[in-house]
Amino acid sequence: MSQTTVVHGEKISLLRVLGPGHIWALGVGIVLVGEYMGWNFSVGKGGAFAALIACWFAGLLYTCVAMIDSEVTSTVAAAGGQYAQAKHIVGPLMAFNVGLYLVFAYTMLEAANAITLGYLVQTVGTMAGFENVHDKPFIVLTIVFLAWLNYRGVYATLTFNLVLTAVAFIAIIVLFASVKPWSGEILKHGDLLNGLPYGMLGVVAALHFGLWYYLGIEGTCQAAEEVRSPARSLPLGTMTGIITLLLAATMTWYICSGLMPWEYLGQAVTPLFDAARLTDSQPLMVLLFIGTVFSTLASANGCINDASRAWFSMGRDRYLPTWFGAVHPTNRTPYRAIMFLVPVALVFAYFAPLDQVITFSILSGLLGYTYMSFNVIMFRKKWPLDTIKRGYVHPFHPIPAIVLLVLCSVTYFAVFLGYGTQLVAMMVFFAVASLWFHFHRYKYVRRGDQFTMDWPRPAGY
Amino acid sequence: MAKPHYEPPKQSVAGQLFDSLFLLVLVFAALFTPLYLKLAGGGKTELAVADKTTWAGLGQNAVQQAQWEKLGMTPESAAGIITSRFDYSFDLAGLGLTILVVVGYFLLLFHFSKAEYADVIEERFGKK
Repeated sequence: MSQTTVVHGEKISLLRVLGPGHIWALGVGIVLVGEYMGWNFSVGKGGAFAALIACWFAGLLYTCVAMIDSEVTSTVAAAGGQYAQAKHIVGPLMAFNVGLYLVFAYTMLEAANAITLGYLVQTVGTMAGFENVHDKPFIVLTIVFLAWLNYRGVYATLTFNLVLTAVAFIAIIVLFASVKPWSGEILKHGDLLNGLPYGMLGVVAALHFGLWYYLGIEGTCQAAEEVRSPARSLPLGTMTGIITLLLAATMTWYICSGLMPWEYLGQAVTPLFDAARLTDSQPLMVLLFIGTVFSTLASANGCINDASRAWFSMGRDRYLPTWFGAVHPTNRTPYRAIMFLVPVALVFAYFAPLDQVITFSILSGLLGYTYMSFNVIMFRKKWPLDTIKRGYVHPFHPIPAIVLLVLCSVTYFAVFLGYGTQLVAMMVFFAVASLWFHFHRYKYVRRGDQFTMDWPRPAGY
Repeated sequence: MAKPHYEPPKQSVAGQLFDSLFLLVLVFAALFTPLYLKLAGGGKTELAVADKTTWAGLGQNAVQQAQWEKLGMTPESAAGIITSRFDYSFDLAGLGLTILVVVGYFLLLFHFSKAEYADVIEERFGKK
C-alpha cells in the first residue's frame, strides 16, 4: 500500500527503494550513539553494576518492543510506523499522541547528538591547542547539514547512514579487542567497581537512562512505506538491529567500567572517547573520535528522517495543518516537515543541558512503549490471527505485552526518582495537547480516511 | 448502510498558522518551564569526605587516582564529581500525584480515542 499526496494535480508518493540493510542501518544508526553517550548517566544514577542490570532489563524491554512492533508493522506497512498503527487499531487521538511521541523522542535525540558532537569537537580542539574552539557553531552546522541531506532524498540519506553506522560499530569492536578483555592488563574492574552505591533503589533509578542504550530501535518502521518488501525487511532489520545493540551495549559497559571511576563515567559526555584516551593509544583515540562523530551524525540523520515522516503523516491526515503533508515534487521527501522541525531541534540543542534533553527524549519513547503494550493486545483482539495475514507473528502473546507494561511502569518510577518534575510537565503537555486535538483539531479530520488498510471490520465494532 | 461521509471544514491559512504556533508554544512551555523554574533534574546531596584536596581523602585508590589524572583531573577539580550524589528521598503524596497524572492521561486518551474510532469504523464499514 502506498499513500500519495497531490502536488500540482499529480499524485506523488514516497519511493519504495529500501532493503533490510537500510532498515538495520536506520534502527541501529539512530541508536548506536546511545553507546557513545548518554547510557553512562545510568551509572551516575545507580553505579556501574546498576547500569549493567539496567542495560539487561532495558534489553528485555526492547526485545518485547521489537517482537510486538515487528508483528504490527509487518501488517500495517505505512509511513509513520506506530502512528499509522494507532490510527488503525486505537483511534485518531491515540494516533495524534503517538505521532507527537515519535516527533519529540527523535527531535530531542537529534538535539542530544548535536550537543555531543559540538562538545567533542570542542574537547579535541582544546586538546590540540585550539583553546577558543566553541561547540555552538558545530551544533548548528550538524543540524542544518543533515536537514539538507534529508531534504535531498531518502535513499542517499540512508545509504550514507549505512556507512556511518558500520564504521561506528566497528570502532567499538576494535576498542573492545584492543583493551584485551581476556586479561586484566588494561581493564581494572577489580579496582574500579564499587558495588551498588545507592543500593537496589539505584538499580531501579538507573533504568531511566538504561533505555538510552536502545532508544529509537522502533524507528525501523517509520520507513515502512519506503521499503521494497515490508513483511520481510522490517522484522529482519529490526531483530538483527536489537541483537547488534545488545552486543554493543555489553561491550561498551565492559570497556568503560574497567577504565574509569564510576563517578567520572556517570557524568561523562563522551565516555567511549574518554575510554580510548585512557588506553594511551593515539590511533584508538582517533578511531573513537571518528566513531563518536559518525554515530552522532548517523543518529541525527535517522532522527530527522523519522521525526519528519511522523510530522508529515500527521499533516497528511489533517491532525496537523495540511501544509505539512506535502511531498517535494522532485526529491519526493516530506520537505516542509523536515524544515519545520529544524528550529525546534536547534533551540533545544542550543539552550538545554544534555541530561535534560535526553530525559525528554526518553520520556517520549517511554510513552510510546506503554502504548505499544496496549496496542498489540487490542490488535489481536480486534483482528485474531486467522482474520488477516501478518508478515510476522510474535510468539508467547500476551506475555511480551505484559512484560513490556510492567517494565514501562518501573521506568516511570525510575524517571520520577530525580526527574519527577519533567515527568509531570510532559504528561500535562500531552494531556493539554490531547484536549486541544479532541475538541478543536479533530473537526478537520476525514473520518473514513483514517482507516486505509484492506482489512475486515474489527471485532467488537 | 454506510454513515454519510463527513466533510470537514476547510481551514484558513491563518488558522493553520495559529495551530502550528500553538503546538510550538505548548512544546517549548512544557520542556523549558521545569528548566527555567530550576525544578529539572534530581535534588543532589553531597557526600562527606575526609579531605577534598587529596585523592586518599576523596576515598580513591591508586588505580582510580591514576585514571583521574590521565583524564586531566586534580583532586580539587574531581571533588565536586566524586562527592555529588542523587537525593532519592520522596514523599508518598508526590508519588501518588504523579501516578494519578500518568494514569489519568492514559484513561483520557483511551476514552476519547474509543469515541473517535467508532466514528472512523462507522464511516469506513457502515453501521453494524
